[in-house]
Amino acid sequence: MSNSRGGFPCPPVNAESVKSIIIVGVGGQGTLLASRIMGDALVQKGYDVKVSEVHGMSQRGGSVITYVRYGDEVNSPVIENGEADIILAFEELEAARYLPFLKPGGTVITSTQQIDPMPVITGAAEYPQEVILAIESLGITVRRLDALSLAKQAGSVRAVNVVLIGALAKDMDIEKEVWLSALEKCVPEKFLELNQKAFELGYNSY
Amino acid sequence: MKELLLGNEAVARGLYEVGVGVVSSYPGTPSTEITEAAAKYDEIYTEWAPNEKVAAEVAAGAAIGGARSFCGMKHVGLNVAADPIFTMSYIGVNAGMVIGVADDPGMHSSQNEQDSRNYAKAAKILMLEPSDSQECKDFTKLAYALSEEYDTPVFLRLTTRISHSRSLVEISERDSIELKPYDKNTAKNVMLPAFARPKHVAVEVRTKKLTEWAETCELNKIIDNNAKIGVITSGACYQYAREAIGDGANYLKLGAVYPLPVEKIKSFAAGLDKVYVIEELDDIIEAHCKAIGVNVVGKDLLPRVGEFSQRIIKQYITCDENAFFSLPAELPIRPPVMCSGCPHRGLFYTLNKAKVFVSGDIGCYTLGASAPLSAMDTCICMGASISALHGFNKARGEEASKRAVAVIGDSTFMHTGINSLVNVAYNQSNSVTIILDNSITGMTGQQQNPTTGFTLKGDPTTAVNLEALCKSIGISRVTVVDPYDVKAVQKVLAEELEAEEPSVIISRRPCALLKYVKHAEPLMVNENCIGCKICMGVGCPSLSFDAASKKAVIDANTCTGCNVCAGICPKNAIVKGVRS
Ligand SMILES: Cc1ncc(C[n+]2csc(CCOP(=O)(O)OP(=O)(O)O)c2C)c(N)n1
Repeated sequence: MSNSRGGFPCPPVNAESVKSIIIVGVGGQGTLLASRIMGDALVQKGYDVKVSEVHGMSQRGGSVITYVRYGDEVNSPVIENGEADIILAFEELEAARYLPFLKPGGTVITSTQQIDPMPVITGAAEYPQEVILAIESLGITVRRLDALSLAKQAGSVRAVNVVLIGALAKDMDIEKEVWLSALEKCVPEKFLELNQKAFELGYNSY
Repeated sequence: MKELLLGNEAVARGLYEVGVGVVSSYPGTPSTEITEAAAKYDEIYTEWAPNEKVAAEVAAGAAIGGARSFCGMKHVGLNVAADPIFTMSYIGVNAGMVIGVADDPGMHSSQNEQDSRNYAKAAKILMLEPSDSQECKDFTKLAYALSEEYDTPVFLRLTTRISHSRSLVEISERDSIELKPYDKNTAKNVMLPAFARPKHVAVEVRTKKLTEWAETCELNKIIDNNAKIGVITSGACYQYAREAIGDGANYLKLGAVYPLPVEKIKSFAAGLDKVYVIEELDDIIEAHCKAIGVNVVGKDLLPRVGEFSQRIIKQYITCDENAFFSLPAELPIRPPVMCSGCPHRGLFYTLNKAKVFVSGDIGCYTLGASAPLSAMDTCICMGASISALHGFNKARGEEASKRAVAVIGDSTFMHTGINSLVNVAYNQSNSVTIILDNSITGMTGQQQNPTTGFTLKGDPTTAVNLEALCKSIGISRVTVVDPYDVKAVQKVLAEELEAEEPSVIISRRPCALLKYVKHAEPLMVNENCIGCKICMGVGCPSLSFDAASKKAVIDANTCTGCNVCAGICPKNAIVKGVRS
């Protein structure tokens, strides 16, 4: 039992064939809808998919993380340090908080929105300066976009999530039509046009 | 057809497909969506009960009455429902009865992380544990067949990661299940000692039979990878183990976690160099293995606390670690907070300033314990605020009771607060009880309750009149106050603390997230602001302090215009603005 895997000879079965994405943000920003749209698109592409969500307490303005995994066969619904191919962040501080989840070579897509957490509001802590530059200085590819402004442009600040899905879509190997049909299934009809606009703005943001 | 469903939605789909007729539950993360999803099927009668004990009894009555029934709850709800469930184990069923219980290892949204498998053992009730959404549906359906075959209620145990993860589920049609006839059977259904004694014998015989079933059932399956190392596991841990170890081990995946097989475990372990038991929280499987003489490694190596993941298994068993990045800087935490416009804010701000002892309870208002509101001394379990305050006051006497209050939400008051208030009136303590009536069960995501006037399905119904209820219990001082009006709250609080008898303050204002609540124009800060930061003391996420201008700033996108910050500003610098 002396080798590094505690006596286990084989590497895990599906380490390479499964992709992992985390969606991070602040409770209430609409990360759950984002993961639903993503899940639907991946199912349409015929993947095995697992999406693990946060409900309950932290949805009240706390730090939230959703895991999306897809491939031939997905086992664990959660993603751990060093396992995420992409971090999709709704807020800068949260992008920084979950950075350890990123796999070497992975990408960070982040909105440039900054939301003060309570310790900053009360003066007990400071909002960190230039976190995105700090991430880039580690040699990590960061794509940033002002999702809040783009959402406003689309017609509602609440469409931030769909703007970010648009930005992510650009980085993934799934046709745009698939994303748009997933969007259609996941948002109420009366907001569809607004969300389609939001998606396009995100998609064309870089 | 396959759909990507939450584990909880898959359980609900199972309830639908297996012809369940009656569902009664009390919400609790991570179990809530089972009942919400079941409510979408017109064929199933679904309701929110005031608490889990009521829900379990409703399900018991329905099962005796011939309809397949279900009750759902979180792990701590099972403590509340334990009384009927332990005796339903003796009575058994007519039509099948399933109790869904969702544990929360890691305490994502709970006050403790007890392991419900202990209840299966203690109540001698079969317990199934799925490991993905497909199994959630399949095991739910199977649970009804087993319940009827073995004349027992059945537990379906979930954990947060199973309840709140989506995976693919094959959808089928609903079975047509007839209501079973009801035949009066005193010896079976009336648990007088004379009838209960033979029933206990029957329960022991049943457990033996179920153990035999566990030896051969498909749920307890062996995955033979021709390895020298074995893993015995169940539920989410099975997925973590597969992720971390892959085909490097043989697996015994237990779909039924009580009662556990004996021969199957022995034959699985035979010939292996080493067998690990991978289970979150308590050592239920491990203790069983050791008791039957199978040598396994479990809690000597793996934690007894918290949630597992592939990382935990890599850390302790395969001794692998992924490379990862980290930033040198320490980042401020982001705890959950009361929402902008939350009616609890004005009340807790007042309690903080009054420096009173606050006997707390569970709900969104428990967030009032954190800075800057910091106005809570205790939080034990649902309903405990009022009874614990009574005890505190009896212990510390008259003077202390003039500086102490209990806070409890409307849903929590209905859950188990009423009996505590009866005790305050009956045994007379000068306790001040504050009912935070936001007209909804907020914390768990806005469920209706007996005070709101609507049922789970959204139909109008009678609403409990809180004032009349408190008076009928024997509390004659009952005052209603609007928590957005901080000065009014201060005045009422001071008066009721001084009163020489028990009293109730109803802090009434609907949750700001409710659809029907219209928000006022957002507020803004004008040039009168002197940067004193007093407004930061309300802990509102729409407020921040701009270091450059040394003035408070209000985010017009999120401010609901509740006026709580304006009400405490010494310079009247917070005024109505306009929504952009
Ligand atoms: C026995 C038990 N059941 C369920 C829960 C989950 N739970 C926590 S708080 C709460 C209800 C909160 O509603 P309310 O008292 O109206 O307060 P609000 O959140 O609306 O402020 C529930 C259902 C629990 N903690 N314990």
